[in-house]
Amino acid sequence: MTITAPPKTAPASPSLQPTGWLRYLSFSVDHKVIGIQYLVCGFAFYLIGGAMAGAIRTELLSPVSDFMARDVYNQILTLHGTVMIFLWIVPVVNGAFGNYLIPFYVGARDMAYPRLNAVAFWLIPPAGLMLISSYFITGAAQSGWTAYPPLSITTPATGQIIWILSVLLLGGSSIFGGINFIATILKLRRPGLKLMQLPMYCWAMLGTSILVVLSTPVLAGTLIMLSFDIVAHTGFFNPGMGGNVVVYQHLFWFYSHPAVYIMVLPAFGLVSEILPVHCRKPLFGYTTMVYSIMAIVVLGLVVWAHHMFTSGTPPWMRLFFTIATAFIAVPTGIKFFNWLATLWGGRISLNSAVLFSCGFIVNFVLGGITGVALAQVPFDVHVHDTYFVVAHFHYIVYGGSVFVIFASIYHWYPKITGRMLDEHLGRLHFLLTFVGFNLCFAPQHWLGLNGMPRRVAEYDPQFQLVNQISSAGALLMAISTLPFLWNVIASAFHGAIAGDNPWRALTPEWLTSSPPPVENWKGDPPLVTHPYGYGTPADEIDLNSASGSDLWRSGQ
Amino acid sequence: MPIPSAILTLVLGMLLVLGGLWIGQNINLLPVDASANAPIYDELFRVLFSIGTILFVGIVGLILFSLVRFRRRPGQLGDGLALEGNLPLEVFWTAVPAIVVLFVGLYSYDIYERMGGMVPLGHGNHGSETMVDQRIWGGIGSTQDSQTATTAGIPPLPIEVTAMQFAFLFHYPDGDIISGEMHVPVDRPVSLRMEAKDVIHAFWIPEFRLKQDVIPGQPTVLDFTPTRTGNYSIVCAELCGPYHGGMRSSVVVDSADDFDTWLQSNRKPTAAEA
Repeated sequence: MTITAPPKTAPASPSLQPTGWLRYLSFSVDHKVIGIQYLVCGFAFYLIGGAMAGAIRTELLSPVSDFMARDVYNQILTLHGTVMIFLWIVPVVNGAFGNYLIPFYVGARDMAYPRLNAVAFWLIPPAGLMLISSYFITGAAQSGWTAYPPLSITTPATGQIIWILSVLLLGGSSIFGGINFIATILKLRRPGLKLMQLPMYCWAMLGTSILVVLSTPVLAGTLIMLSFDIVAHTGFFNPGMGGNVVVYQHLFWFYSHPAVYIMVLPAFGLVSEILPVHCRKPLFGYTTMVYSIMAIVVLGLVVWAHHMFTSGTPPWMRLFFTIATAFIAVPTGIKFFNWLATLWGGRISLNSAVLFSCGFIVNFVLGGITGVALAQVPFDVHVHDTYFVVAHFHYIVYGGSVFVIFASIYHWYPKITGRMLDEHLGRLHFLLTFVGFNLCFAPQHWLGLNGMPRRVAEYDPQFQLVNQISSAGALLMAISTLPFLWNVIASAFHGAIAGDNPWRALTPEWLTSSPPPVENWKGDPPLVTHPYGYGTPADEIDLNSASGSDLWRSGQ
Repeated sequence: MPIPSAILTLVLGMLLVLGGLWIGQNINLLPVDASANAPIYDELFRVLFSIGTILFVGIVGLILFSLVRFRRRPGQLGDGLALEGNLPLEVFWTAVPAIVVLFVGLYSYDIYERMGGMVPLGHGNHGSETMVDQRIWGGIGSTQDSQTATTAGIPPLPIEVTAMQFAFLFHYPDGDIISGEMHVPVDRPVSLRMEAKDVIHAFWIPEFRLKQDVIPGQPTVLDFTPTRTGNYSIVCAELCGPYHGGMRSSVVVDSADDFDTWLQSNRKPTAAEA
């Protein structure tokens, strides 16, 4: 008997996949397409989450609950938090830029697991749509993005279960992405490229992915236990059945504190790519930058209980977590001083990418200072769960991550589309965002110190004026997206042609055409061993006329 | 690379530090202080505010200076200095934040101890024998160590707090009074034993600088000494359902006489009186 082997199905060659804009709606395995899918999808959710923020700030214009029903308000604030964290910042700073840039940076033609990569992205739209549609079908979850039991067990179950399912899907997507980044960075490096020669964003993504892989499964397990409590009436976290509600908080924050670093470490990496290019200087202190990322990864895993200083935590635990938390300021401080030293003595172009990067540094320094203050138990006991924390958190994730996302779009748009963005609109966008953001969130520090708790639809009338100022800032932030949207859409058709390397940058993605071809390079991937070699003789060569592989194959 | 002269840097640094200290000491962002641990808290706040101002103004100043001083002039296409690192400088700015953080940590530990945060819990202020098998975890401000209590030697006033959607209920074991509003005498330690009926709530009095979660299935304690008569808000700070924002009550800090009057007028008549 002869058995004929079935014809081997060759993996779909990228050239057989849809081209043009249709490829962004396909199950493409090209890392660049997947990166853009993450970015555009994330931005759509940003607009949805922003509309929710607008609803929240409208409700808070007056001290009484008059704009929407109280339970609807709680649904909106739950959705706002969940959408912004799980559908906008995490997918974009990791998925979008990670996918687009990491294969270039390691000198690879794609990610280590291209199909897993596509799966990771395609988990996001259904999870997001399911989460938001729950609002229209049965009412969304209303226990906040933290979903603390017993509130999450006692509020309407359908919305809460849909919330859990969608966060599980998004967590799965994160884990797939994290595994893929670790494998790509460690195993797909072009021969001859050493770890300590990688662009800083690779290190940031390596650190972030370690955090994702270690902590996200804990969240998944916790939420599965919570869903058992809701649907099967088990008693893990239900005090009525002997469960312990504080245990949930420990498990939840074991993921959700590192989640902050999952949102800001990639942002740190992106800024480290942007600043040297536009300052025409090497990234200052490469080695300490790498060590500080790894220190943040280790410390980030041992500080979660600082979210629980008022949860009846024993004194020794408060002390330990105070010290561990405060010490994260040291590696973070190193990074900030290194960026300042990168600026110092440079030839800085004050373009939109640099403005957003410097805006990020200013905002994040303030967020970091309030963070060290919050780490101190006596201080935290007064302001925990108040608008002070709301302000601090938004300074970290909006003032940090979102500013960097915009800086990155201004920086890499020419590479992605082959066309430049309009600088005047970009600066207008920065001005409106920076002023609006600070007007919105700076006054909230005062609100928290003076007695306004967070997550409330109604408040003491003495806080009305400051809340109105904050809402005016939010309106300005909403308006600020208009020049940006116009810019990215119009420039895609009418923007000035960018050329391959408009910034005369030295990192590998600029050493190929704009937009890059499928599989990234026409010839061999270049070996870039000195991605920040500004001011050295190598840079005197006209980068626009030399092809990447010619220039860098020698490995200078 | 032009480096400002050492003297100029020194003068700027001193101005920065003095300015930060002045702002920390003179700009008050906090509400009135009305408990024994509020002034201790405010002391910590002023120190943190001073350090924060110095760091923030210093770093923002450096960024603005760099952006203006080192901006690229038209026609300038060359690169900046190929400066990749400087070990002494990096050691310096690793050591300085480490020292600042260590100082802040030790200082806040001292504050924490003065507030009574390190006192072992379950010290039997209110009948520990009834709660042998319950874990009692507490908030800051245990009366055993707080200065007012030890110097005055007054026994603390026990109050049992029940939190539920969406109200706080106060039960006074002395006199068996149940009230929706908390009354306490000024300058006498108060000891709260708090339990939640349904979900997690948080008991917060901004003017006392005190907050403690009220957790179902796990009673918590919170001790404090009010120092200023008046009427202050009690705020629920943990999302507890649709009417969370409306879950507010008040604490009335009475003079000793007023408190006795309130106690007498609300006391349930005993069998003998009836």
